Amino acid sequence: MDLLSLTAVELSKKIKAKEVTVIEATKAVLNQIDKIEDKINSYVTVDKEGAIKRAEEVQKLIDDGSLTGPLAGVPVAIKDNMCTSGMLTTCSSKILENFYPTYTAEAVLNLEKAGVVIIGKTNMDEFAMGSTTETSAYGPTRNPWNTEHVPGGSSGGSCSAVSANECFFALGSDTGGSIRQPSSFCGVTGIKPTYGTVSRYGLIAYGSSLDQIGPVAKDVTDCATILETIASYDKKDSTSVAREDYNFTEALVDDVTGMKIGIPKDYFGEGLEPEVKEAVLAAAKELEKKGAIIEEFDLGLVDYAIPAYYVIAAAEASSNLARFDGVKYGYRSEDYNGLHNMYKKTRSEGFGPEVKRRIMLGSFVLSSGYYDAYYLKALRTKALIKQEFDKAFEKYDVILGPAAPTTAPKIGDSLSDPIKMYLGDIYTISVNLAGLPGISVPCGVDSKGLPIGLQLIGDCFKEKNIIRAAYAFEQTRSYTGPFDK
Amino acid sequence: MSKQYETVIGLEVHVELATKTKIFCSCSTEFGGAPNTHTCPVCTGMPGSLPVLNKQVVEYAIAVGLATNCTITQNCKFDRKNYFYPDNPQNYQISQLYLPICRNGSVEIETEEGKKSIGIHEIHMEEDAGKLIHDDWDDCSLVDFNRSGVPLIEIVSEPDMRSAEEVIAYLEKLRMIIQYLGASDCKLNEGSMRADVNLSVRELGAEEFGTRTEMKNLNSFKAIARAIESERERQIDLLESGEEVIQETRRWDDTKEYSYAMRSKEDAQDYRYFPDPDLVPVVISDEWLEEVRKRQPELRDEKMARYAKEYEIPEYDISIITSSKHLADIFEETVAICNNPKKVSNWLMVETMRLLKEHDMEPEDIRFSPANLAKLIELAESKVINSSVAKEVFEKVFDEDINPEEYVEKHGLKAVNDEGALRATIEKIVEANPQSVEDYRNGKKKAIGFLVGQTMKEMKGKADPGMINQILTDILEG
Amino acid sequence: MANIISDETIEYVGILAKLELSEEEKEQAKKDMGSMLDYIDKLNELDTSAVEPMSHVFPVHNIFREDVVVNGDDRENILKNAPEQKDGSFEVPKTVE
Repeated sequence: MDLLSLTAVELSKKIKAKEVTVIEATKAVLNQIDKIEDKINSYVTVDKEGAIKRAEEVQKLIDDGSLTGPLAGVPVAIKDNMCTSGMLTTCSSKILENFYPTYTAEAVLNLEKAGVVIIGKTNMDEFAMGSTTETSAYGPTRNPWNTEHVPGGSSGGSCSAVSANECFFALGSDTGGSIRQPSSFCGVTGIKPTYGTVSRYGLIAYGSSLDQIGPVAKDVTDCATILETIASYDKKDSTSVAREDYNFTEALVDDVTGMKIGIPKDYFGEGLEPEVKEAVLAAAKELEKKGAIIEEFDLGLVDYAIPAYYVIAAAEASSNLARFDGVKYGYRSEDYNGLHNMYKKTRSEGFGPEVKRRIMLGSFVLSSGYYDAYYLKALRTKALIKQEFDKAFEKYDVILGPAAPTTAPKIGDSLSDPIKMYLGDIYTISVNLAGLPGISVPCGVDSKGLPIGLQLIGDCFKEKNIIRAAYAFEQTRSYTGPFDK
Repeated sequence: MSKQYETVIGLEVHVELATKTKIFCSCSTEFGGAPNTHTCPVCTGMPGSLPVLNKQVVEYAIAVGLATNCTITQNCKFDRKNYFYPDNPQNYQISQLYLPICRNGSVEIETEEGKKSIGIHEIHMEEDAGKLIHDDWDDCSLVDFNRSGVPLIEIVSEPDMRSAEEVIAYLEKLRMIIQYLGASDCKLNEGSMRADVNLSVRELGAEEFGTRTEMKNLNSFKAIARAIESERERQIDLLESGEEVIQETRRWDDTKEYSYAMRSKEDAQDYRYFPDPDLVPVVISDEWLEEVRKRQPELRDEKMARYAKEYEIPEYDISIITSSKHLADIFEETVAICNNPKKVSNWLMVETMRLLKEHDMEPEDIRFSPANLAKLIELAESKVINSSVAKEVFEKVFDEDINPEEYVEKHGLKAVNDEGALRATIEKIVEANPQSVEDYRNGKKKAIGFLVGQTMKEMKGKADPGMINQILTDILEG
Repeated sequence: MANIISDETIEYVGILAKLELSEEEKEQAKKDMGSMLDYIDKLNELDTSAVEPMSHVFPVHNIFREDVVVNGDDRENILKNAPEQKDGSFEVPKTVE
């Protein structure tokens, strides 16, 4: 049996059945990293010693029966925008090149309680601003399916690591599609939960009103299990929502009979690659065969989501990233003359072009005279978009579409034209604006051999609907990774 | 000066609330403490940290709003005020711009010109900044975040004041209200109450306001009065010499008695306010509002009215005693025990005030217990000790809060009221001082004073002067 | 391009955002911001006059802490990442002349 091909839940079962040890699993992952990391660059930090040490502790806790959870003993990777106490946390930015948090993000703490082994921190677009993981200060991550291509972003490192068996699952964060789009590009499964489901405490903010942490894994079962573990009501996060029901794994049933699934015509217009369209519609057919009721409808306002998103996200980012100033932590410029010059030098040298671009835009749209015209206008548009989804979910349990209009582009192709890159988020962004849950599951590969992702969107707090649909669809095909060719 | 000018003043008063913890984290607000020992990831702006609102801050803000006749905004929000400065760890301050918790209030002040109502435009909640210590040796500044995140309310007045007297009366009024509410100790010198003065001048009778400046760093009533005078003159001089007043923030240097502009090209005053996405709205239900209203303590004006009715003490005494909630509390508790308002008021008005002045203390610093003051009053009233001994014992009560009964017992300070013994002593004194007796009998009645003194000395001050006088006169006249 | 961004604007935004751009970066920033704003102006096609701005998607409100001191002295940790520190404080360039 190839250890690395196991899912997280399968691995933990075998560990608890004493067929595999935590050390073996951890070493297998570390060997895989040694083997391919220089080609892929999924990680900013790999903590070998820490992982081995932790693996031994966890093994003891499993042996003495104090760790029995479904993820006990599983080696995982954490996106580098989540604080991990004593472990370098950079947001793939130079400005945090030397930042060692003194506390751990709530979502990561929940995983640690469940007995996982943290292997390291994964690469991302700097401060999660990007769709390709090319804006990282620590070099781009490459797509394990074809290293000429990007893994997507911003959680590109998390998705490539899972896809390349450099960990058994990973945490990512999703502000405009940053879990779902790279999951689709890397042929793995990722969930962006309902806003407020997973605590943001310890997640280094990009767009606070849009950010959510979520799982990236090999299948839907893993994702549901991980989400169940990391989701919690956290008094430290005022936007955290106390939910009645956290038992997402209950939805892992192969039955969609009678489930109403809506397909927004607007998601299948120009810009969508024919091969992607084909694969996604084929997936819909599969669900129909299983008894789901499929229907096309007009979602509306789809084209307004991206501009609204960029105003809101950039505005919040311009404020959220103000704290990186060379005073309390992180990079400080070598030579400067006085306080304000120190600020400017530090930030200009510490931030990359895409981050600066968004900070400038955000500062501008909030500046006096423009607030109403841009920021409030965007918040009003957001309200309208939410209404559109509310209407849709009166009719449907799930909305089905592509996760991205294309498969993974070649490295270097996207950054040249920002707007073009932003347009790649067209199917994912509105979900963040409306606070909805969304999942991306693999539904095929294109002629270039690159994975295609199916996106299923649910109503707020209705993760179970999309998990059920995704699980049912998953049963119609078998998981293939980049090396199973 | 040919033209007549009118000064128009509005105030922005920052008050540090008396909560145990900061506004958005569970760090102590205790004053002092080594640098950065009252800090956590939240109040130092660590990446990934998030704010959670302290409920007590809202309760205090509502209480102050109600006491200043404000309308409470029942659905209020927090906004971010964005600007870079090292004492501001996130480089934005969490404050309220769009929906402040209180609006449209007023307080009544009284000056020589009589009563006047000062409008309150709004009261909003916000977080305080850290402290910067300037290190001339290393030519750097050091940042201490202990004060970062301490809750403040900012009380913004309408431009209704016209003189330093009115400004100070207004501040005294606010301070009194807030102290009575227990929402803050309002100490200007410690910075728990800070006033920024917005001042403009205009020709008498003009409709339009002139261009205003904002003056900061005023940490005493004297400084405020001086700053207002100096800024008024500065602006008038500018106008008189045909120049223009520039709208700017100026920093007052009270030692130099001069203010200078703080503006630099690096701070474009554009704060890019927007609703803080990390905090949710505060919704204040009618029920909640009622609860706070019910809990409101008696404020000074009500107290003064009640004293006038309940106790027969002079208006003047009432105004002094109620000028400090602490003093008023001591007064009421003592009266409750000894039931002698006039005497209690006397002891507070005369001896207590004298000692406060001597030690240069505030009424808030009084530490003696009403019980011991009451005991002392009873001892004096029942002539167990005479008045001079009483004063002496009170100083002990004031300094160490001793129990007067025990103290008098221990040091044998009881007045000697046994006439036989007293008469004997007096006879000795009379014999020993034939000259004074002579003088007295020759009509120098004043001479008796010397004999009384001698007797008192002999009795170690424990005799009742009245009694001595009486016995002496018998002997001398007899 | 409908939105022409002036040098002054870029200069001004640079001051607000505390970013110092090289001449090339400024030119690039002018182009980028201009085209982004053109794109964002698409929102003006929507009539939103009757809509309330939505900052939070859920009507969550009144999340409070009780006024109880929990945190102790954590100075060592707080200062751990400071680029410059002195006497238990963060050291910065002199803030007053």
